[in-house]
Order: sequence, then C-alpha cells, then structure tokens
Amino acid sequence: MASPVLPKLVGQRVKRREDPRLIQGRGTYVDDVKITGMQHLAFKRSDIAHGRIRSIDTSAAEAVDGVEAVFTGAQIAEFLGPMPIGTPFPSPDHRAVASDVVRYVGEPVAVVVARDRYVARDAADAVTIEYDPLPVVVDPEQALTGQPAVLHADFPNNAAVGPLPSGTGASPKAVDDTAIDQAFAEADVVVSQRMVNHRLAPTSIEPRGVVAHYEPGKDAMTIWSSTQNPHILRTFIAALTGLGQDQVRAIAPEVGGGFGSKINIYGEEYVAAALSKRLGLPLKWVEDRSEAFLCTIHGRDILAYVDLAARRDGTVLGLKLRLVADIGAYNMLLTAAIPTLTMTMASNVYAIPAIRATLTEVFTNKTPTDAYRGAGRPEAIYFVERAMDMLARELGVDPAEVRRRNFIPSDRFPFKTQTGAVYDSGDYAKALDRALEKAGWEGLKAERDAARAEGRLVGLGLSMYVEVCGVGPSSGLPTGGWEHSQVTVERDGRVSATTGASPHGQGNETTFAQMLADQLGIPMEHVRIHHGDTGVVKQGIGTFGSRSQAVGGAALHLAGGKVKKKMAKFAAALLEAHEGDLVFENGTISVKGSPSSAKSFADVAGYAYRPVKLPEGLEPGLSEEAFFEPSNNTYPFGCHIAMLEVDRDTGEPRLLKMVAVDDAGHLINPLIVEGQIHGGLAQGIGQALIEEVAYSDDGQPLTGSFMDYAIPRASDFPRFELESTVTPTPVNPLGAKGVGEAGTIGSTPCIVSAAVDALSGFGVRHVDMMLRPERLWRVINGGQA
Amino acid sequence: MIPTAFEYERATSLDDAVAKLAAAGGAGKLIAGGHSLVPLMKLRLSEPTVLIDIAHIPDFAGIREVDRKIEIGAGTTHHDVATSPLLRERCPAVADAAAVIGDPQVRNRGTLGGSLAHADPAADYPAVMLAVDADLHIKGSKGWRVVAARDFVQGVFTVDLAPDEVLARVTFAPVRTAAYAKLHQQASRFAIVGVAAALEVRGGLIASARIGLTGAASSPVRLSNVEAALGGQPASSETAAAAARFGGAGIDDLNSDIHASAEYRRAMIPVFTRRALDGALARLAG
Amino acid sequence: MARVSITVNGRKRSAEVETRLLLVHFLREQLNLTGTHVGCDTSQCGACTVLVDGRSAKSCTVFAVQADGAEVTTIEGLADGDRLHPLQEGFWEEHGLQCGYCTPGMIMSAVTLLHDNPAPTEQQIRDGLDGNLCRCTGYQHIVNAIQHAAASGSGR
Repeated sequence: MASPVLPKLVGQRVKRREDPRLIQGRGTYVDDVKITGMQHLAFKRSDIAHGRIRSIDTSAAEAVDGVEAVFTGAQIAEFLGPMPIGTPFPSPDHRAVASDVVRYVGEPVAVVVARDRYVARDAADAVTIEYDPLPVVVDPEQALTGQPAVLHADFPNNAAVGPLPSGTGASPKAVDDTAIDQAFAEADVVVSQRMVNHRLAPTSIEPRGVVAHYEPGKDAMTIWSSTQNPHILRTFIAALTGLGQDQVRAIAPEVGGGFGSKINIYGEEYVAAALSKRLGLPLKWVEDRSEAFLCTIHGRDILAYVDLAARRDGTVLGLKLRLVADIGAYNMLLTAAIPTLTMTMASNVYAIPAIRATLTEVFTNKTPTDAYRGAGRPEAIYFVERAMDMLARELGVDPAEVRRRNFIPSDRFPFKTQTGAVYDSGDYAKALDRALEKAGWEGLKAERDAARAEGRLVGLGLSMYVEVCGVGPSSGLPTGGWEHSQVTVERDGRVSATTGASPHGQGNETTFAQMLADQLGIPMEHVRIHHGDTGVVKQGIGTFGSRSQAVGGAALHLAGGKVKKKMAKFAAALLEAHEGDLVFENGTISVKGSPSSAKSFADVAGYAYRPVKLPEGLEPGLSEEAFFEPSNNTYPFGCHIAMLEVDRDTGEPRLLKMVAVDDAGHLINPLIVEGQIHGGLAQGIGQALIEEVAYSDDGQPLTGSFMDYAIPRASDFPRFELESTVTPTPVNPLGAKGVGEAGTIGSTPCIVSAAVDALSGFGVRHVDMMLRPERLWRVINGGQA
Repeated sequence: MIPTAFEYERATSLDDAVAKLAAAGGAGKLIAGGHSLVPLMKLRLSEPTVLIDIAHIPDFAGIREVDRKIEIGAGTTHHDVATSPLLRERCPAVADAAAVIGDPQVRNRGTLGGSLAHADPAADYPAVMLAVDADLHIKGSKGWRVVAARDFVQGVFTVDLAPDEVLARVTFAPVRTAAYAKLHQQASRFAIVGVAAALEVRGGLIASARIGLTGAASSPVRLSNVEAALGGQPASSETAAAAARFGGAGIDDLNSDIHASAEYRRAMIPVFTRRALDGALARLAG
Repeated sequence: MARVSITVNGRKRSAEVETRLLLVHFLREQLNLTGTHVGCDTSQCGACTVLVDGRSAKSCTVFAVQADGAEVTTIEGLADGDRLHPLQEGFWEEHGLQCGYCTPGMIMSAVTLLHDNPAPTEQQIRDGLDGNLCRCTGYQHIVNAIQHAAASGSGR
C-alpha cells in the first residue's frame, strides 16, 4: 500500500509536458491540418491605401486551371454580413472583403478558391482591379482636421471615439476641472512632453491560419484556427454563418504564439467559414508573413501630451494626459477599448491626487490596431514613467527616490485611483528595494560615471509598473469575464480536466496538472489537461490579459475542489469514516491519524462509477465543473532597471544590463514564469530599440517584411537578471496575479530613460522611440531627436 | 509566398551553362545558392521563366592560391569563404566580410558569385572586392573575359554580365593588412554602410591603399580621396583618423530610407572607414 | 514538372514535383513531415531550417529540384529512435520553448552550430542564432538549452 511520497509540485520548476511533442516536430498547428477534398483560399488585396473600387475583373483568375471559384467583395456581401466588434463604441461598417471603398493597403478585395495554395496565389494575382484613388491620411493629428480625407462618412473628422474624459471630477455627463487646475496652480514644477508610443507588429512566428469544414450532411461546422479563444471564435462564427453555437465546433490546435493578435476574429476566418458552408467544401487559408504585416492587427500607436505637476520635494500633485490613438482604418474586436486602458492605468503605482486623462481615437489609412501584449497598459506606464524620469532630472533627484516618494503605501490597499482602477494589493517599495539591491544601483551609478569619465555614453534607466491582469469581472468584458473548468476522475483513477483558457505557449498543460496533482494527492503523470476545442471544453473565454492562471487556474481549482469533495464522500462510505477526516496524498485516500485505514485513489474512483451501494444523496460518477467569476482584476507590479551604452560615433544603443523584479503574486511554476518574463522583456526592449511599423505619406507600408521590420534576435540581448517578490491577490483562491505581459510593460520606459540618461550631457530631456541609431546620433550631434 | 512557374535545368559544366543561357534567349536566370533570387521570386518581384542551376558544376566552388593569387570559385558559399584557412591566413578581410553576411543558414547556401551578380547595393562582398582589386572571370558564348570589380557593377541590381554569360571565379592578390567594418541594418542584416580597407605598408609607410564602400550609395565605390590622403603616410592610427575624414565627401547618390537618411549615411562613411583602417593596421602586428 | 529524388531522414524519397515547389512544401505537403514550419517569406525567421547535406539551410528558400540528390534531415529525423537528441533534451530540460513554432528550426540550426563549434561561448551561441527568430522566449532559455546540449557533448 505504501507508495513513494509525492513531492508538492506547486511552486516547483517542473519541466513542461507540452515539450516532447514540440521538440520532435509532432505538434499539430493549423497548417498541419489536412482534410480530404480540402481547397485553398488566397486573397487579392488592395495595393493602395484609399480608393473607390471602379471595377474588378475575375475572368483571368477563373480561367486558371485548378480554380474552383472566385468571389468579389460584393458577391461575398450577399451572404456574409458586416464584421461584429466586441466593444460598446460606435463602429463603421466593416466587411471581411471590401466591396466599394478600400481604406488600407492589404484590405481584401476578392478571394479565390483553388486546388492548392500555388494555384490560389496565381489566380489571386490574375484578378485585376481598377480604383479611383481617394486622398490618404496617415497622420492621426492631421486626420482629426478631417483633411485631406474622411474615411467613414458617419465619423466626421475621423474621430472614432471621444474626446473621452476620465479621471478626477469626470463623469460621463460632466467634467469638473477644479481639482486638476488647483493641482497645477499649486505646483512648483511642471514637466510637459509630447511622446509617441509607436505602432508595432505583434509578429507571432506562426502566422494566422484557418481551416473551415462545413459538413452538409451533419449541418455542422468544424473550424480550426490559430486563435487565443476558440469559444469566442465559435460564438462569432456561428452568428455570422447563421448557425447555432451547437452547430459549430471551434478548435485551436497548437497555436504558435499570439501576443494579443489572435484574440480577434478576422475577415479571413469569416470568409473561410461562410464559403465552406456555401460550397460544401473544406477550406484552408494560411497567412503569408507579408500578409501578416498588412492584415494582422497592429499594436500601440498612441501619442500623448503629458503634463506632470509636482512640488519641489518631488511630490506629484497632478497629471494631465491628452491621448490620441491612431487606430487605423476600422474597429476590430477590441480596438476601441484598448486605449481606454491607457487612461485606466494612468496613475501607475503612484498616489496621484488629481488626474485628467482625455482620449481621442482616430481613423487613418492604416492597418487596424488592437490588443498587442500589454494592450494599453504599456502606453500608460511609458508616458507616466518617462514623465517621472523627466521630473527626477528636473529636480536633480535620484529617479528611484522621486518614485518612492509617490508610491501608494502598502497599507492602503485596495486602492482606488483617480481613473477608477481598484488595485487589489501591492508593495511597491519592496519591489523597488529588491531591484535596487539586485542591480547594485549605487554601484551601477559609479560604473556609469566612471565610463562617462572615459568619454563613453552610458546611462541608467529605472521604471516602476503596475498592470491590470486576470481580466476580469464580467462587467468589463462583453463576452463575460469568467473562466470554466471541468475535472473528471476517470474510472481508473486518472484525471481529465478541461480549461477554457486556451494556451499558445503558456504551458497550462503543465501548470494546471501540477495544481491538480497537489490538490488530489496523485502523480502529475495521471493528470491530463484538455483545452482549445469547444467540442471537448464545454465553456470558456480564452487566453488574454494575463488571465490563464488568475482566472482559468482559479476555475480549475474550484472544479478540482468540488470533485475532491464528492470523492471524499465515496471514500468515507468505503472506509466508514467521516469525510472531513480524509487525507488525499500519494495516490491514496486515508483516514487522518490512522494511515492503515486507506483506499487507493483508483479504488475509490472505481467505486464511484460502480457504486453497488450508492451512498445516500450521491449520484454516481466523479465529474464536476466550475465557473470562476473574479471579483476584480489583479494588479501585478514590478521594477525594471536597465544599463545601456550609446556609441558616440554611430548612435547605436547597446543594452548592457537588464534587471527585472516582478511581483505576480503566488507562482505555480517559476520556470515557466521566468520564460514569460524573458519573452515580455524581449518585446518591450524590442519596441524601444528596433521595432517600428512605418508608413509612407501615401499610406504604403514601409515595413512589410522581416527585411525592414526587425524583431529581436538572441544577439541583441545580455543575460536578463530576474527576481520576484510575492504579494498575493485576494481576488482569487490561488493568490496568483498573472505574468504574461509584465515584461513588456516595465522594460520599455526604462530602456528609453537609460538612453536619455546616456545622452544627458547633450541637454536632451526626452527621445521618442524607437531608438534608431540615427535618432541618437542626431542628439549627439546637436540636432533634433 | 509562392513563386511563378518556371522551367528548371541543371548545368553540368560552364560551357553547358552558357549554352543553356544562350538557348533561353534572355529569359534564363542562373541559380546557385538562390539566396538572393528565391526570396525575390517568392515575392514575385522576379519572375524568370527558365532557371539554370549551376550549383552542381564540378569545380565551381573552391578556394585556392595560384601564382600568388587567390582564386575563389563563384559557387563557393559564404560559409566556406568565412572559414577558409587560406583566406584567414592570407587575406582575412574577405573572410570577415563573408562572416557577417545574413545569418548562418544564409551563409551555408549563398554564394560569392550569386551575391556579386545580384549586385544588391547593400551587399557586403562588393566593398572587399573593390579593396582587394579583384578580377571577375566571366565565361560566355564568345569565350572568357575578365572584368575588374570596380567596373563590374553598373547600377542598382545591374552588372556587366551579358544574358549568355556566367561569372565563374574571382581572383585577387591577397592583402593581409585589410579589414571590413559594417553598420548593419537591424532587420535584414544588410549593410547601411560597409567599408573595406586594404593597405600596402612598406617600411612603416602606407605605400598604397584601396578603400571600398558599400551600402551607402546606389552602387559600391572606391573612396579615392581617402586613398589619396593615406598614400605615403605613416601606418598609424593618427593617419587613419585624418584620412577617414575625407570619406563620404563627393558622393552624390547616397541611399536614403527608413533605416538611415542620406545625411546619416554620409556621416557614417568616415566612422566606418576609420574602423576598417584601424582593423587593417591592427593586422600589421599579427 | 520534374522528377526529384531526395534522401530525407535516411530514406530515399522520389516524386514528380512542380519545379517551383519549395523544399519546405515538398517536406510538409508531400512527405507529411510537418515538423518543419514556415514563418516568413524572406529568409529571416528560420522556422523552416533543416539540414541539407549536413548543414543548416532554410528550406523555404530552396526549390525541391535544387535538392535533387541531396540528403535532408528534418526535426523528425533527429532523435535516435526513442532516444532524444541532446539538443532536444536540452530544450526540454531548460524550457527552451513556449509556443514551439520556431523550435524545430531553432534546434536544427543549433545542430550545425554545435557541429562547427562544440564548446561555444554564450556570445557565440547568440550570434549563431542570428538566422532564427523566436518571439516567445527572449532567447535566454534557448541559450541555456544549447549550453546544456554542449555540456553533454552534442557536437556529433
């Protein structure tokens, strides 16, 4: 009966269970899905940024051998309605395939169905389109003048949202500026700066893709998609194809990264589903990288006029943020909501007594924006942290100290900020102290000064961040903000569990198995986690907003608790003990204090499925489900420190040191958490140093491939130095806050601050990203940044 | 992305390649490693109708020394150039340039001849070919001819190569005191500015200098004013600094794009000229 | 159309292919070796990396006809039966992957990296990965994974 003692797994660096298949090339991504009779789609896309379609000639495309059908936007519109959005903001009509006007380069204009992807591409190229060009606007502030172009007639001056005020004294009905005006009137110092948090391409290495298979005999659709949220995909696909949700099964197979970009339901998915239903054929579409740069959503692209008012001692009195978000040509699923998070997080980790944030969202002739890792929060933290750094410089105070003076004290949680966020828990001074210690802040300053004495341009940057994670209560999400799990103890004592959190690299198969193994006292090898298939996972929302652990993990924990409770009743009957006296460990269920009185976990499971004597009040079987609705978001935080050198001759920045102290509450698997932070840091540093989506004045993308859009390589980084503090959240039973986006949020401003510090001898106060060598070289040579 | 259709033929010898090119009547395109051509074909920026594969021609690749000259077969991969013991010993600047092309996989497939014939204005090899004053040996229907590297490139993606000609090999007198310095574009790894310097030093004086520039302008050029300023001067870092300042002056077709303006490129020419010269001088000792 | 004969993972595979068929599509579509992925159009990302005649190559930038007569090794051919290759072990042990999409190409590149330099420094590893993009890991655990394999003497 005695079995080896199982170690507690939660909190351990457990190797991932996903890996054996992935390191052997045995994962199944959407492009690996093949169905007999499957045909391939290729899209003809607009090569101009704004124009009215005068004519489309599909005859040459139809004549290509192997072409099944060609559809124009007008033909598609006969059976596919406008694309829905997931926010309450007003939205212009947006079709999966344009039928009258194109508004950005890459917008679909026609679609080809063909035997294979080679033929489909040939045919799509053979579609000829004539346009009447319209004026193009790419600058968001210019777009707000309504000149030279208005993209959507119902949105004068291209204003998609706002001006929308929030903060102290602002309500939907009225804005009272008394407090904010008072704060600025009393200030000794005001720092003001226009800053741009520029446009990025999310760039998962697996491009998007979809296979839609409508089976007329069953009147049912199966759709495989590289998506972060198959259940939401199912909801929208059902709605637009006229099917019930019971008739659609959505499967997210292995998903090769998403970073927010695969939350959306895209036009190509709607078209694949609608055409599959119409033609009765399985259809596949897989995005090219060139298409990804044009047609997958972009992120960020918010500019801000920032004014920070403070006393001479560094106490911040007030913050004004006037935000202009360039959202591109259309609203996608969450587009309009993302920049509102920039307002929500405007207080960062500081007890700022008066804040006025105002947001305007603008249509321009560019690819639509939406959630990209961090999604609105990196912008807020960037603006505030750069301003705090400017304040420190203005006052001649250590950047760490000016921040410390303004922290929300650790005894004031939950803390409601002036922009309405209710922070759950935090200990910002602890994170700062750990980071300063880990980095050796005073030593670094001496090192920097010594390097400067040699003529080198070395700088230090520090940033604090808090982010909103564990998204979130249902009040904040049109889809609902809960998560679902079902835990089944099978007849043989092994455990199958489902989760609505649909991972794409987060490792839930491992972390969730660790949790259940501990909870039920069984080996992790006996637990299997199912996800990403609405045919198997009954309900779910999905993976975004760093919610997998904080919301999905919590649901799993609740379901596991329920099944354990029921199992205890069966065990109590078998052992003739009180269910409250039972201990689940090492694969057995025993009576507390008398370990000889025990049954194996498998025996109890077997009994539950053949309860010859069914205990009173029990149904057979061991399968329980739970929905977890969090009472609030979680608010992880941290402190990042960077040391950077700028080449005096060329302006090239080189990152010398990167320290990150992050507090995500309780950690289930520190190895996986480290990986999440590393990846986040890489993207945050990438934004500061090498990534930028650029357009010409006529709306042509200038960064349409990896030849011109850089994402970081291994050689761009030093070894990251990590540490964590643990401040649990009270809003879920795990105390876990979420960590997916942390690295992206904290790192960017500290890199820019380090560069500004390095160049401070040239009198510069701020440099906009990305930190192109030429831009820094201009600072060194006395020009405009 | 998907290329358009083409006919594919494999050449068994140089003469066979020339014959196949002639037969294709201008529609033929040579492919060796394909690392310049295939991406363009996938983006449909190049749509040849006949591809003639020259990668399997015997003796088309290889590095050897013949009569005090280095000879590199056009089919030699960047990797083989970068790691050649002969080049490392006799003319390391050429190996250095090969070692910073693209990335390891690109270097495993891409070839010297392909890069030179493609004539991307931001490619690395052209600068060193100018600096070592290489001769390009070309085989065509009318036989062999030799073109100096400085005369080969005629413009952006345009070279002195007739539709029925094959670049077969490159020869040059090895220069040990030579180096290549590059400012690379973050995304593509091509050169924003690349400078190769080759110096002949006798008795502590610079007897002659050849400086090749790539990336900055529409085609690779020699920096003759820098070369002039070096001639007869002591082989020192001070000389290098003084002469490098002339780099960039007088070039009027500087490239300008999102990665670097013409003004910035002009300013970087002296910087990388200086670095290349310092690198070359550092090899005096070794 | 052209007839090609390519030895893939030790097995000779012959087929009639369109001349413009990319090697990566030959492997994925005709041989169902879907472990080799496509991540870009322009030879940067390296997700399609395989070994051609023993050296790492981007199979999206090679036509199948060019590889006629060549030996190709894909991620599926790396393990020795049930025994993982030391690099596969390293990636598993050190959490060198998240979404796993870049991983096969990353591992195949590392095979050549360690073949050329069995005891690389950290900087040599980082430089040696210039042809492979990963968006998830920030590379640190990938570097650890390759160090792990190097320590176990993987430069086979």
